[in-house]
Amino acid sequence: MAARVGLDGVSTWRRNPQLWLWLRRLVWVLACVPFVLQVQGIVTNTLGADPAKELALDTGRWTLRFLLMSLAITPLREIFSLGSLAPLRRTLGLFALFYASLHFLVYILFLLELRWYEIGTDILERPYITVGFVAFLILLAMGITSPKRMVRRLGKRWKPLHRMVYLAAVLSILHLVWILRTDVFDAVFYGTLLALLLAYRGFNSVRKRTNRPIRN
Amino acid sequence: MLIKTRSEIPSSEITPESVYHSRRQFMGNALTLGLGAAGMGGAGLSLAAAPGDGLRARAPSDMVRSAPAPWWQEKFQNIQPVERGGDFWTDEDLTPYRDVVTYNNFYEFGMNKDDPYKYSQTFKVDPWSIDIGGECDKPGVYHLEDFLKPQQLEERIYRLRCVERWSMVIPWVGFSLADLIRRVEPNSKAKYVAFETLVDPEQMPAQRSRFSIVDWPYREGLRMDEAMNPLTFLAVGLYGNYLPPQNGAPIRLVVPWKYGFKSVKSIVKIRFTEQEPPTTWNMMQPSEYGFYANVNPNVHHPRWRQDMETRLPRTLFSVSRQDTLMFNGYGDQVAHLYEGMDLARYY
Repeated sequence: MAARVGLDGVSTWRRNPQLWLWLRRLVWVLACVPFVLQVQGIVTNTLGADPAKELALDTGRWTLRFLLMSLAITPLREIFSLGSLAPLRRTLGLFALFYASLHFLVYILFLLELRWYEIGTDILERPYITVGFVAFLILLAMGITSPKRMVRRLGKRWKPLHRMVYLAAVLSILHLVWILRTDVFDAVFYGTLLALLLAYRGFNSVRKRTNRPIRN
Repeated sequence: MLIKTRSEIPSSEITPESVYHSRRQFMGNALTLGLGAAGMGGAGLSLAAAPGDGLRARAPSDMVRSAPAPWWQEKFQNIQPVERGGDFWTDEDLTPYRDVVTYNNFYEFGMNKDDPYKYSQTFKVDPWSIDIGGECDKPGVYHLEDFLKPQQLEERIYRLRCVERWSMVIPWVGFSLADLIRRVEPNSKAKYVAFETLVDPEQMPAQRSRFSIVDWPYREGLRMDEAMNPLTFLAVGLYGNYLPPQNGAPIRLVVPWKYGFKSVKSIVKIRFTEQEPPTTWNMMQPSEYGFYANVNPNVHHPRWRQDMETRLPRTLFSVSRQDTLMFNGYGDQVAHLYEGMDLARYY
């Protein structure tokens, strides 16, 4: 079946609001799957001999994945002219914060069992914890300022704050690199993805600047 | 028109739940019987300390257990039981068999704790030989059988403390390393003993990985007096039964007052040397892993504080932390080895 094309040459499915609404709902449901599996693992006691550590690793992995997915939205929109994808960036970003919060909770509740002195010294003395914690704070700040009301209230300051996501992503990769021991596949894999996403934005901003129409 | 319906599983393929459970029961019993028969008393005792744990005390149902050679089975008929209250015993709760065999660091098989269990099930341990050489009078390539035949196997219950801050209590079967060393007669130049793990990328997936940063083989070493200490043990079994590959079959080192990574697995090579031998973790990250690797609550690893530990298995909602003891609680037996040494420097 031939695609129906609108007057401006853009196929109409791309601007079908109903379709995008359902896509967002689908993403929302899928994004909850890792959490449901984690809860199932806890309830059925199938997380192995050290469930706390297993949960910490799994929530950490999903934080990084959602962070990278939300960073991938902008290039996808621009390359495939899918403007309607935009709201997904926020959804995926908020899920990154959701898994990061779980990660942090598992760490203070189950790994350090609320020993505040240790939590404090860990954050100050162990660099991989420090960078992870800073990344979490950035995501938290972005999450708090993500409602439309907050966007309006922050005005010009909103954008620089949300650009910190790049720093959070880099710190997350660093956090991962620091805990790897004998096999660097994960670090290379996620690091490369992040590098590509950042490189796209770098080139894009250079291109936009040089293509700016010159006024005389 | 052909309408495809979802193919249904024929009822003959479906195992009734009751049969499934009785099979689990059967396999659990089979293991229990095997353990009892193997140790009579000795291993039976350690098993008696483990019950009340339901399924966790048993082997995972999908664990492959190949039948070892007859001479090997024969050795396991006569295991000297652990002496209660002796140096090689503790009354702490044993870590269930299931957790000891499914939660492992054995980086040749992968980085995740369940990788060794998943990828080592078909690992070949027979025939197995150990190449012994260096500063000793009886060097040579010895078949494992030759070493084990004259050796009385005994059971010992040791704490195992990993530098990653978790610990277990494990009933090993084996013999003292000193016994083996005496038989190959090291000479006066022998100051250290070096060990190597098998290199076999066909069988060990992580050795094939292009992203691995380990310079295989896995190497470890001990000072001669550490190696001759009565605590230092070569394990060939676990819970009265044969050592599974993920735990270092067919023969591994156990040095209970040092972090777990010193306990090199699946040993194929032993060398007596004059110089301190290079060791794997020390080569990779000397600032984090020293040659001695004595359990020490006062010297923190840069990533894991060492003054406490999590005894496994744990549940999510119970306080699981306990204080880590100097030399993992074996100070009476080993502290004299390090008299006058700065253990913050020689960590």
